[in-house]
Amino acid sequence: MLTRAELTEQAAATGRAAVSRPAAERVRPRRTPITWVRRGGLSKLVFTLPLLVVFGVFSWWPIARSVVMSFQRTNLVTAPLFVGWQNFEYVFHDPIFWVAVRNTGWFALLALVFGYPLPLVLAVIMSEVRRLKGLFSVLAYLPVVMPPVVSVLLWKFFYDARAEGVFNTILGWAGIPPQPWIQSTVAAMPSLVLQATWAAAGGTIIIYLAALTSVAPELYDAAEVDGAGIWGKIWHVTLPQLRGILFITLILQIIGTAQVFLQPFLFTNGGPVDSTTTILLLVYRYAFTNSLGGNYGAATALSLMLAVFLALMSVLYFRLTRRWSDA
Amino acid sequence: MKSRKVIAALAIAAVGVGLLAGCSSSSDASAKDGKVYLTVAPVLPGATADALKALSDRVKEFEKANPDIIVKPIEYQWTGTTFAAELAGGTLPDVFNVPFTDSKTLANNGQLADITADFRKTSTAGKWNKNVLDVATGKDGKIYGIPWGPYAMALSYNREIFTKAGLDPDKPPTTLDEIEADAKTIAEKVPGTAGYMQMTSGNTGGWELATLTNSLGGRFETIGKDGKVTVKTDNPQTKQALAWLAKLRWDDNAMGSNFLFDWSGINQAFASGQVAMYMSGSDVIGSLMQANGFDQTKYGVTTFPLSDSSDAGILSGGNVDVVNVKDSPAQIAAAVKWIDFYRTQPTVDKAAAIKNAQTLKAGNQAVNAPTLPVFDKATWQQNQSWIAPYDNIPTANLKPFTDGIFDQQIVPEPSAHTQDLYGALDSVVQAVLTKKNVDVDAQLKAVDQKIQALVDADQG
Repeated sequence: MLTRAELTEQAAATGRAAVSRPAAERVRPRRTPITWVRRGGLSKLVFTLPLLVVFGVFSWWPIARSVVMSFQRTNLVTAPLFVGWQNFEYVFHDPIFWVAVRNTGWFALLALVFGYPLPLVLAVIMSEVRRLKGLFSVLAYLPVVMPPVVSVLLWKFFYDARAEGVFNTILGWAGIPPQPWIQSTVAAMPSLVLQATWAAAGGTIIIYLAALTSVAPELYDAAEVDGAGIWGKIWHVTLPQLRGILFITLILQIIGTAQVFLQPFLFTNGGPVDSTTTILLLVYRYAFTNSLGGNYGAATALSLMLAVFLALMSVLYFRLTRRWSDA
Repeated sequence: MKSRKVIAALAIAAVGVGLLAGCSSSSDASAKDGKVYLTVAPVLPGATADALKALSDRVKEFEKANPDIIVKPIEYQWTGTTFAAELAGGTLPDVFNVPFTDSKTLANNGQLADITADFRKTSTAGKWNKNVLDVATGKDGKIYGIPWGPYAMALSYNREIFTKAGLDPDKPPTTLDEIEADAKTIAEKVPGTAGYMQMTSGNTGGWELATLTNSLGGRFETIGKDGKVTVKTDNPQTKQALAWLAKLRWDDNAMGSNFLFDWSGINQAFASGQVAMYMSGSDVIGSLMQANGFDQTKYGVTTFPLSDSSDAGILSGGNVDVVNVKDSPAQIAAAVKWIDFYRTQPTVDKAAAIKNAQTLKAGNQAVNAPTLPVFDKATWQQNQSWIAPYDNIPTANLKPFTDGIFDQQIVPEPSAHTQDLYGALDSVVQAVLTKKNVDVDAQLKAVDQKIQALVDADQG
């Protein structure tokens, strides 16, 4: 990875080259390898090489390989066999596929309704707090610092469905009977969303807090002069000013929740009765749950379908929101 | 100035390429110092300090006898849902274990090292029962592993909780009705404790449902005269098994409140007193002591009850220690020596058995966890008499099992697409335990259809 200083230098080098190019081209119209080297082409290439190699080896090559694999039947030992669209057909005919699509949609929707507004509300409140601002920021960000697996295992313990469980004990103080949490087909998914929201909110809060500092205080003063109350200020000043950030965090959240894996994998392994089996968990199951080697073709086919869907959705999203973002 | 920049650029490129080279460099134990390096996997993740000490002593003993071999033990647990990832990722150690159901297919797929030549050099090579060794024999007739620790499914129970509930721990249940009655009593008398529970997740739900089905005389898969496998989980015995679970859960409320348990999860719940009785392999006390620090004096085990049907039998299984296919011939030779030392010798050689028992006892690890004979009953009994002075699990606690097991008919696990079948049945078991009045017929039919399609695709 390049450090920030290296990136700046690289950018500066690129900028210089770009500026000097028109003059150079007037003097020497023919492009030869030597002129390319003299103009800094080599150092540019050398500077970008580590990045290209790292991305190429660890990102682009595996992506290309998985696209190919989605049309193959392979056990990773013997030579793969091209099977056309068979893997895609297999996925579409698997009844669990539609269950997984529904579950992923349900998770994304719950996370959107409860998880999306929460960081914004908290950030607005925190930006209004005068004292102990640092402490609140730390408290909000703490879950993000915790290793995700550790926090899930901790919450699994909290979600113990016995009356002796941590959350059930707390509910008991208020006279509420013990809840099944992740042990029921109905309550499992909302329980997963609750933990996921807790785990991720801190990161988004920090982004919103940073964005809020860039809102010019004069706008609030002007709104106040015009007779706006606290809600009026939030509605007419804060939200419009954060519009760009809100659009970005929304699409990032949708992409993130569509790929949810950690919570269903660690909390419930997709259960009870596939009520938390998500698309990514199904990909994992296709590939790995058969100890004798899985259906890697179906796994990559489903991954590819998800990737294409998310890419198309992102394009559509940016098309739709461009007008509002620019306004 | 410019040349300095070029040097800096080259340096960055060199570091980048170096990093990548580091990633891809093989971690093969090259014997530069003339020694053979061997990574073995004999302990479960989270093993207690005592367990690690006992293991370390055994490793030292092996290295003393084989000064050219350096053994590095790591934590490992075979689970149906993670093994393929480790295999595909190339992260398996030199020696690891797989269950009886998998070794043959892995061998035939070329995913295990051929150990025939080195296996023949072991002192026990001629002693093996062909039927037992068959699980580790490929279709080419070569040997790909060494079996160990065969077990029968059994009913483990917490004697302390039995006493607390007013039950006699020396008289464990002997029928499904008695399990139900005792479970109900425990759930009523000891709040927060599940009277009876079984595994439901990570392919173990199907495994345990197979045990229940077999115990009632049913089978998940039948093999026709033409060798064609028919999958039929939609059978009267499986339905009876599921109805029994539903009764325990919904009528008796005797299965607690947590219904998502895999193998290690339920061991944890049992060790912490949240589950009073559960279905498990007969040797599970070894793992309970190794990974959960469970007090073996509280442990009780009995045979899992069989019905009167002449087809009723107890599901059995076991492990095969196999060698990584990427290993060098020297490593394969060392690996076979290690497996023979660590697994086989303590079952046949008096001195090795006693030494092993002493080390285990000193490390507070199970000496006399009940297993099935790996060779024959006579060898097994002789072995039991050698280690008897070091027994650290009260033999009276094991008696209900050891007295009954040799009268039970042993049934192997279903052979075709075992893990796929088990995985598909996880959902059915979970449905019965988390939803009232489930249409099990439809669910079992769907499982049959799905797994039969996989089987037919193989046989097609």
